[in-house]
Amino acid sequence: MFKTYARITNIIGDIAELDAPGVAYGELAHIVNTNGESSLAQVIRIDRDKISLQVFAGAKGLSTHSKVRFLGHPMEVPFADAMLGRIFNGSGLPIDGKPPMDDAPEVEIAGPSVNPVMRVIPQNFIETRIPMIDVFNPLVESQKLPIFSSAGEPYNELLARVGLQAHADVIILGGIGLKFDEYILFRKSFEEGGVMDRTVMFVHTAADPVVERLLVPDLALAVAERFGIEGKRVLVLLTDMTAFADALKEISVAMEQVPSNLGYPGSLYSDLASRYEKAVDFEGAGSITILAVTTMPGNDVTHPVPDNTGYITEGQYYLNNGVIHPFGSLSRLKQLVIGKVTREDHGAVMNAMIRLYAKALESKKKISMGFEKTETDERYLKYADLFEARFMDLRVDTPLNDALDRGWQTMAECFSRREVGIKKDLLETYWPKSADSSDEAADDDEEGKANAAG
Amino acid sequence: MTQAGNTIGKVVGINGNLVSVEVTQGADVLQNEVAYVDLEGIKLKSEVIKVQDRICHLQVFEDTRGIRVGMPVEFTGEMLVVELAPGVLNNIYDGLQNPLKELDNKNGFFLKRGQYLPAISLKKKWRFHPTAKPGEVVRAGSWLGWVPEQHFKHRIMAPFGMLGTATVESVVPEGDYEVRDTVAVLTDDQGHKINVTMYQTWPVKKAIKAYKQRLYPEEQLVTACRIIDTMFPVGRGGVACIPGPFGAGKTVLQHLLSKFAQVDIVIVVACGERAGEVVELIYEFPEMDDPKTGGKLMERTIIICNTSSMPVAARDASIYTGVTLGEYYRQMGYDVLVLADSTSRWAQAMREMSGRLEEIPGEEAFPAYLESRVANIYERAGLVELQNGDNGAVTLIGTVSPAGGNFEEPVTQATLKVVGAFLGLSRSRSDQRRFPAIDPLDSWSLYLDQLKDSLDRDLDPHWVEMVTHASSTLRRSSEVSKMMTVVGEEGISIGDLVTYLKGEMLDMAYLQQNAFDDVDAATPMKRQVRDFKLLYEAMSADFDFETKLQARQFFAELQDAFYQKNYVAEDSEDYRKYEEQIRKMLQEGASRV
Ligand SMILES: Nc1ncnc2c1ncn2[C@@H]1O[C@H](COP(=O)(O)OP(=O)(O)OP(=O)(O)O)[C@@H](O)[C@H]1O
Ligand SMILES: [Mg+2]
Repeated sequence: MFKTYARITNIIGDIAELDAPGVAYGELAHIVNTNGESSLAQVIRIDRDKISLQVFAGAKGLSTHSKVRFLGHPMEVPFADAMLGRIFNGSGLPIDGKPPMDDAPEVEIAGPSVNPVMRVIPQNFIETRIPMIDVFNPLVESQKLPIFSSAGEPYNELLARVGLQAHADVIILGGIGLKFDEYILFRKSFEEGGVMDRTVMFVHTAADPVVERLLVPDLALAVAERFGIEGKRVLVLLTDMTAFADALKEISVAMEQVPSNLGYPGSLYSDLASRYEKAVDFEGAGSITILAVTTMPGNDVTHPVPDNTGYITEGQYYLNNGVIHPFGSLSRLKQLVIGKVTREDHGAVMNAMIRLYAKALESKKKISMGFEKTETDERYLKYADLFEARFMDLRVDTPLNDALDRGWQTMAECFSRREVGIKKDLLETYWPKSADSSDEAADDDEEGKANAAG
Repeated sequence: MTQAGNTIGKVVGINGNLVSVEVTQGADVLQNEVAYVDLEGIKLKSEVIKVQDRICHLQVFEDTRGIRVGMPVEFTGEMLVVELAPGVLNNIYDGLQNPLKELDNKNGFFLKRGQYLPAISLKKKWRFHPTAKPGEVVRAGSWLGWVPEQHFKHRIMAPFGMLGTATVESVVPEGDYEVRDTVAVLTDDQGHKINVTMYQTWPVKKAIKAYKQRLYPEEQLVTACRIIDTMFPVGRGGVACIPGPFGAGKTVLQHLLSKFAQVDIVIVVACGERAGEVVELIYEFPEMDDPKTGGKLMERTIIICNTSSMPVAARDASIYTGVTLGEYYRQMGYDVLVLADSTSRWAQAMREMSGRLEEIPGEEAFPAYLESRVANIYERAGLVELQNGDNGAVTLIGTVSPAGGNFEEPVTQATLKVVGAFLGLSRSRSDQRRFPAIDPLDSWSLYLDQLKDSLDRDLDPHWVEMVTHASSTLRRSSEVSKMMTVVGEEGISIGDLVTYLKGEMLDMAYLQQNAFDDVDAATPMKRQVRDFKLLYEAMSADFDFETKLQARQFFAELQDAFYQKNYVAEDSEDYRKYEEQIRKMLQEGASRV
């Protein structure tokens, strides 16, 4: 019933054009090259009978006499519980040596948006056991957050660790342009961590055709959405979204679109947003949380990819020199959980510790400029060292409440009660008793001022 | 809907949400008319955006997947309109004025394409109170009666499209009517009868001009945000923009304005931004009190939401929809605030379309008409004198999201040419958590000058002079601060240090405001005057400190007193105590001179 065509008229970049009447916009085609290789392709422009196809395997070596068969439906992905534990490529085909998901029903990818009135306000804290996340910028269920990072940083290790430790019902990894080693790293850590049986992986490696990158987020998110509707709390890990954006750029160049900025298409914002906005807390069902990696070309946050991403996501984690940076990082949803579902002292510890660390850095700077080191400076320097070792070091792996306790401990080791700018009632409950010897009788009436000064 | 347009066509091309159509029957196509692409029974709403001989180009307001060449297209002969009638308030609409709450019952979690519902209930009965009398001569926009809508008198008006004058033939007596029942009959100059109902439609891209004249804004719109009201006021009926890099606080600021601005009606247009941000409003507003009416905040609010993953073409429509609804309530004599977050997303929607139309691109691929479109939308705000001599206002405040946070880009620049106030957020202030991150040195407001008479009359005879002086202190303070980073505190005089400390005090204890504190989040104007005058007194006092340490200690304490005062209610004992403490400190400080 579906006609096969055997004459491609134009090939530009990874776009193939042919005459084929009656085809639907967005429809999928199956192309078999004269050498027997095959690829899926998607209709991305129609001008009367002339059809432009985006060829997912790329058009390198594509013959004008390839056979093109239209499939009568847009791109879909199988969905079944049996996908858990499985690994697929960027076209949704298994690459784990197990049989294809032939019996599973197919679901549409890149489907419509959720009606905003059907969303609920996020309110669940996701504990990652990474203090720089849990204490300072907690991740909230249904949040969308990227890790902004430069090349060479351990962002994939970080992502894998969150995947392992976040207690999601389902983990979906979308690997975009992954190095083979990185793919193995994810697989191994999920297997060893015992979460593989609740994981689905869609992996596009750097060796795969560039266009196939474009599908990975949509496949991953379509499957996530189905699990979410079924009531599962889904964590989607996407890495690297900059590679995704670069694939968009290649297609738009091949389509001769006028670029807006550094060659990226003017629709970059909408293209990224339509993926990230899949993060949702469904009223009365499950949720989708998205943690992504965005590598910053030239470590420049104003580059179009991180810039547009920042305008879309609900905050960002800056991973720099192997640590999550306390200042630029921001979880915009943190106020929904801090002190509400986490311990009452969370907010105070977070603010005080960051403020003290900022002051400690000022002291460092002052000393490096050749100014004299005072006794106060000494204590701030000690605090900075402890803070970096106990909180910033990515190897630290600890539950939130222990991290908070350790925060009190650290402050008490370096400062007196009245120097930390924390409300009196919290100090009374949490300030380590052993630490008070000299400043036991901290002038309570001065505390108000300490607060204000911060 | 289709009497006028028996024009029919068929699809000949599809490129993203641009669909090209060949007209096959009838010939009359209007630029910007609405057409429906018939996708196997699902009618996809579209707008004609370019006509080239027998080929029309439509922007489709929905996902175009599945459309094929040859599919039929119906033209309606009508431009994209909004529905104007009682019942618009307290609603959450998409960019095309579909009520999202109603869609929700029908469609479950997702927005299905091709579903369009009336914006208001056509069946609900409203209590109509006639005010016009037979024989009265009226014009477009004249009030004929009213119905109670939430806490407002919703005026029923002569149709906005009416030309010239008309005479009232009859008006129905007080009673309950549906919006499409005739409530009055008019006879126009030519002797034609016009049946007036409570329902009319209006094309979103045309301004409603059924008023006597536009007026020059002469009064301030109080936002309860100190840095805006005191330093960079916005006129009632004025226009302002809030540009800033991501995360600088544009949305938080707009939400504050939507809650606390002293206006009658607020229209929030969430244009191409996060759905989650709208959800916050949807949950919060029905719970929050509106001090002005005694009702809930949502009852004076309309939310238009076309978030970033919703179809791009409808994003373009959403701002027009918001402004048109604003104009509608302005015609009833209300003070309306329209907030658009973010106008950059709207401009980008325009850019995407322009690219598909293969128009000659301008800077950063924005179309050449970007500036005129931006100017056009801001021009629709304004203070007007109505037919009966009352006045109404639309104030428009839009955020701008410049690429890379760089204000030199086309959308920010186009906006700066037309607004009366520029409230620029800076990355360095938001990084330092100095919120709202409006940069007091870069921002400006033409209204400070324009409204001088009313400000000096209503607030204090020397108000504008004081404000101007305070901002120059701020400027000098920042210069001293820069100097200190080079030469250290040792390198500057005590006098300079005091200037620096005064500027810091103004910033820390007045310009910054804690959005999350019940008291500090909103400062009424009366209190702003009281607070600012006391602060100004402190800033203009001469002090003679012997050491820099002494100066620092004095100001630390003074600043703290001002700061603490922000957190206590104006009618509280604590407030009075802080004022007293400050006065005492100022006397002691001054007596040292
Ligand atoms: N007035 C304020 N008081 C306290 N915190 C604020 C304030 N304004 C902004 N913030 C903080 O900054 C974060 C980002 O603010 P907001 O969402 O308004 O930024 P934005 O400029 O709208 O960013 P985008 O362009 O990405 O939408 C908030 O989540 C909050 O943590
Ligand atoms: Mg925002």
